[in-house]
Amino acid sequence: MRWLSQNGDQVVDLTITHLAISLPAILASLLIAVPLGWAAHRMRWLRGPTTGLIGALYAVPSLPLLVLVPVLLGTSLRSPTNLVVVLTLYGTAVLVRSTTDAFATVPDDARTSAKAIGYPPLRLFWGVELPLAGPVILAGLRVVVVSTVSLVTIGSVTGIQSLGTLFTDGFQRGITSEVVTGLVLTVAVALLLDGACLLAGRVLMPWAGTR
Amino acid sequence: MSLAGDAWRWLSSAESWTRSGGVVERLTEHLAVTGTVVGIATAVALPLGIAIGHRRRGGGVVVALAGAARAIPTLGLLTLLGLQLGIGLSAPVLALVILAAPPILAGAYAGVAAVDPALVGAARAIGMSERQVVWSVELPLAAPVLIGGLRSASLQVVATATLAAYTADAGLGRYIFTGLKSRDYAQMVAGAVLVTGLALLLDALLALAQAAAARRTHARPVPEGTR
Repeated sequence: MRWLSQNGDQVVDLTITHLAISLPAILASLLIAVPLGWAAHRMRWLRGPTTGLIGALYAVPSLPLLVLVPVLLGTSLRSPTNLVVVLTLYGTAVLVRSTTDAFATVPDDARTSAKAIGYPPLRLFWGVELPLAGPVILAGLRVVVVSTVSLVTIGSVTGIQSLGTLFTDGFQRGITSEVVTGLVLTVAVALLLDGACLLAGRVLMPWAGTR
Repeated sequence: MSLAGDAWRWLSSAESWTRSGGVVERLTEHLAVTGTVVGIATAVALPLGIAIGHRRRGGGVVVALAGAARAIPTLGLLTLLGLQLGIGLSAPVLALVILAAPPILAGAYAGVAAVDPALVGAARAIGMSERQVVWSVELPLAAPVLIGGLRSASLQVVATATLAAYTADAGLGRYIFTGLKSRDYAQMVAGAVLVTGLALLLDALLALAQAAAARRTHARPVPEGTR
């Protein structure tokens, strides 16, 4: 633990950087996946191509993707943006699947009733479909939050700073406590964000029941 | 010269494939590591998952374990074990086994626990032993979900075996790390393409196996007069 007491500032900085990469990626995945999942649920013909593409995307290993995205998009290999793009791709892949399932759980009766009392399409989405699909979307989001926070660390092998830097630096210098600090903090950040999602769900969607 | 073109030239040169440390050798190592890890993880997790599913108790622990495993960063586990066990293959193999076991466990448990209890009861009522119930009723019905768990575990291992090259001198990941270090980006991109191709191929093969298992369970012709 001597290592930690001497490097506390660096650890705090890396934790903040770690969050600065994870949070935009998680948010972007959500913003892309919800409309896409809704569309895939509404338009049957879209479902085959999206699930196929997303399944294939999910099968691509993260480190190679980190190397290939710069070739395809021209981002810099060592820039945090590159990592955010890769994480957003994975996050979207997981979330589109769960949002499609989520919108499928909305009972047709609820949809028809809302239409019958004159809900316009936009209000139908915000007032009926999204709130009812919310709990299942949240379950997918929690998976994305945990796996994104853990996956950010991969960037450290190409030189993108995060808590993963403690792994590469600790390994190269042979400092076990540095690696352990990184492991504990990464898991802690993942669990904290997961807890925040759970709490937000309870507050925003009290109808989700006591599951 | 474009990077993609250089990478293509690297990939299409016979020397990259056949030399010592060439693609043939690295691919063999990569597959050997993947096979060993999936083999060990299956031997440990599959019987355990089936047993828990059969008793229909302790499922909460399995699900929680599979969820918690997602939070563990692979690179962290790999470097930690690398520091403890040295730069041989044992550190990456152990790290990958720890990561591959939970999805196999969860798949086996979920598959067996989802079998209709009435069917299990009926099997016991016609005098099947517990062993027969597991082998001839639960396992065939659980096969699609169980293979699904094996599929995601194998994919994860093939992908993560790339990282093994960070602490050990083995596998296709070598090209990515060597390329990164020496700024030989053609080699790095070629390595990335190889690993991606391998993962997609494996995913397609396992999807076929899963579909075949699902067909066997759900579309078995029912003899006349039994319905």
